[in-house]
Amino acid sequence: MAQAEFETPTLNEWVSTPAVQRDAMAHSRPFVAKPEHQASLGFPGELVENWQEVALDKMGELLGRYRSLQVFMDACVKCGACTDKCHYYLGTGDPKNMPVARQDLMRKVYRRYFTTAGKLFPKLVGAVELTEEVINDWYSYYHQCSECRRCSVYCPYGIDTAEITMAGREILATIGVGQKYSNEIIGKVHTIGNNLGLPEPALADTLEGLEEEIEEDINVPVKLPLDQAGADVLLVTPSADFFAEPHVDGLIGYAKVFHQAGISWTLSSYASEAANFGIFIGNYQNMQKVAQRIRQAALDLGVKRIVIGECGHAWRVAYSFWNTLIGPFDFLDPAYPVPQHICEFTYDLNSRGGLKLDREANDDKVVTFHDSCNVSRGSRIGDMPGGQFTIPRDLIRAACTHFVDMAPDTIHEHTFCCGGGGGLLTDDLIELRVKGALPRAQALQQVIEQYGVTHMAAICAICKSQFSKVLPHYGMGMDMIISVHQLVGDALVFGSEH
Amino acid sequence: MLLGAIFAGLFYFATVVFLVGVGARIARYARIPAPLVIPTTPAPTTHAGVCARMFREVVFFESLFKGSKWSWLFGWLFHFGMLIVIAQHLRYFTQPVWSWVMLIQWIGSYASFAMFVGLGGLWARRVLVDRIRYISAPSDHLMLALLLAITGSGLLMKHVAHTDIVLLKAFALGLITLSWQPLPNDLVLLAHLSLVIILMLIFPFSKLLHAPGVFFSPTRNMRDNPREHRHVASWAKDLPKSADSADGA
Repeated sequence: MAQAEFETPTLNEWVSTPAVQRDAMAHSRPFVAKPEHQASLGFPGELVENWQEVALDKMGELLGRYRSLQVFMDACVKCGACTDKCHYYLGTGDPKNMPVARQDLMRKVYRRYFTTAGKLFPKLVGAVELTEEVINDWYSYYHQCSECRRCSVYCPYGIDTAEITMAGREILATIGVGQKYSNEIIGKVHTIGNNLGLPEPALADTLEGLEEEIEEDINVPVKLPLDQAGADVLLVTPSADFFAEPHVDGLIGYAKVFHQAGISWTLSSYASEAANFGIFIGNYQNMQKVAQRIRQAALDLGVKRIVIGECGHAWRVAYSFWNTLIGPFDFLDPAYPVPQHICEFTYDLNSRGGLKLDREANDDKVVTFHDSCNVSRGSRIGDMPGGQFTIPRDLIRAACTHFVDMAPDTIHEHTFCCGGGGGLLTDDLIELRVKGALPRAQALQQVIEQYGVTHMAAICAICKSQFSKVLPHYGMGMDMIISVHQLVGDALVFGSEH
Repeated sequence: MLLGAIFAGLFYFATVVFLVGVGARIARYARIPAPLVIPTTPAPTTHAGVCARMFREVVFFESLFKGSKWSWLFGWLFHFGMLIVIAQHLRYFTQPVWSWVMLIQWIGSYASFAMFVGLGGLWARRVLVDRIRYISAPSDHLMLALLLAITGSGLLMKHVAHTDIVLLKAFALGLITLSWQPLPNDLVLLAHLSLVIILMLIFPFSKLLHAPGVFFSPTRNMRDNPREHRHVASWAKDLPKSADSADGA
């Protein structure tokens, strides 16, 4: 389905909460998964005949399996604190993009079939039957949530709409209506090992090319080893790092850090993907299966540590869920946390004097930092709560002279999603992606005007892809967005040349 | 006497529904596992830290404060007004009246006015703010109407149409000692009591479940320690290891 033309919102001095515009985004729907994308994930190929029964059974099962879903269905009092917090509501004005209204798409069905009040007095409590219209709304609006958890920060009961979106998507996939983008990608990971479907020879070739490029550039033989059994560290990074701009400069940055630290490391062609779209579709088993490849690769290669490259949701899955899904990691060196974030790794090296950084290399830049949602609100970096905010910034400050933060209500736990997270980074949702980026673009615009910011660093592959695509819609350069490890890599000083 | 017996019966019935209903709900929340570690971070890493976070959430409405200052103000006025007013009502059920209950009597009318203002503010927001109007079901308005009517009838008895509180106290004590006493035949009082009974009856079936629910919210009550502590739900242990063999899902 081709997207109609749309208008990019204009940037004002601050984000104002739009008035309710009913059905403003009702037309936004991603492509539906084809039968083969569904089948490889264990879902039916097309809408099953008794879909209503299957959907309600699934909802009942999830209510009994996820305390989050059960409590969140009951606890909401409609206080409205979340209504102006979602970047998709702020960018579109569609009331169903208010977190509580998005939850209510499921809650009203829950009430009808699973609560006494909804069975007896459906109109009174806003309960409705599970009709085709409701399913259509689910498909549309559960794919207008990037599962960024911003709403959960402000909810007096901690209701996290991401949990409900995940359940909604899981129910949809179970009746045969999965999303093409996410499901096709998960299928590729199951069969080939990464989101791009990049096979081993192509990966080896790419890495070799990068090695040559680095050597030409800085005259140092920095290696990007692949499948090197016995290496100390297995680096698992989003596959976008292998070829996409600006991601690849981040990968070069990691390689330079390993090189200077003299730590042996390797990538794996079997587990050549840190991203785990299993979280996006809310399916425990697919998420586990995707993660399992990494455990297997670590065992096969006999590494001592696992380090994760710059990727937001991958880090949430790795940090928060791996031990549950694929632990315990008793075969790895207990001296290091499992897994370790690349920023944690570099930060430790640098604070122990293991790296030589020259800030002057980045003196042409004024840098700000975009906190990625899954890192900020779904995980941690370092030993202390909040390390996910301080460690990347400390790294940037170690590599750059000029650093400024964006407005306080748009960073740290209050950060705005880039607009492309949660399985929405697909061209069939470009209108949503552009509009959802409004709050971040607004905050960025402000520091550009005030401080002359030239670059925004991030530690998430999706953020990087999304911003390079949507920032031009707001009149900003696509190359404004860079990797934190690009800054680090460029500032590293090798040998005696300094 | 008949009136007293009817209301005593209704109160016992409402109490049973309330306790069994809420108890069953709590049992269900407690039984369902949280299969993944999902605190909203930054989150505390220790049990003590989680208790402190929950305390701030329940006593100060910390998250709501971050989210909406007006909702926070009205919500906090209402809830803490109600807490004090309920505590004050213990004077009807204790003989001799507990000394701390005596001590808080003087803030009584302030607290009930705070409830009134809080509820009024919350309702005004529900009607005036287009976003909140959009998400409100009839039950959301009725709940506020019910609470306002309870508060209003209470205020009325306190300041305008006084009721026979000696008789009322005898009735209340009788409820506890299972010796039913007559109830003052006073419309405002009967309305007040009937509405409270209705509130108790609908509690386990309504959004009032937010009260026990908040304590079970995984984003607020889980520790941020997934790397140090392996967390596996019972149902997840029995899953087939790969999605290939999943039962259709």
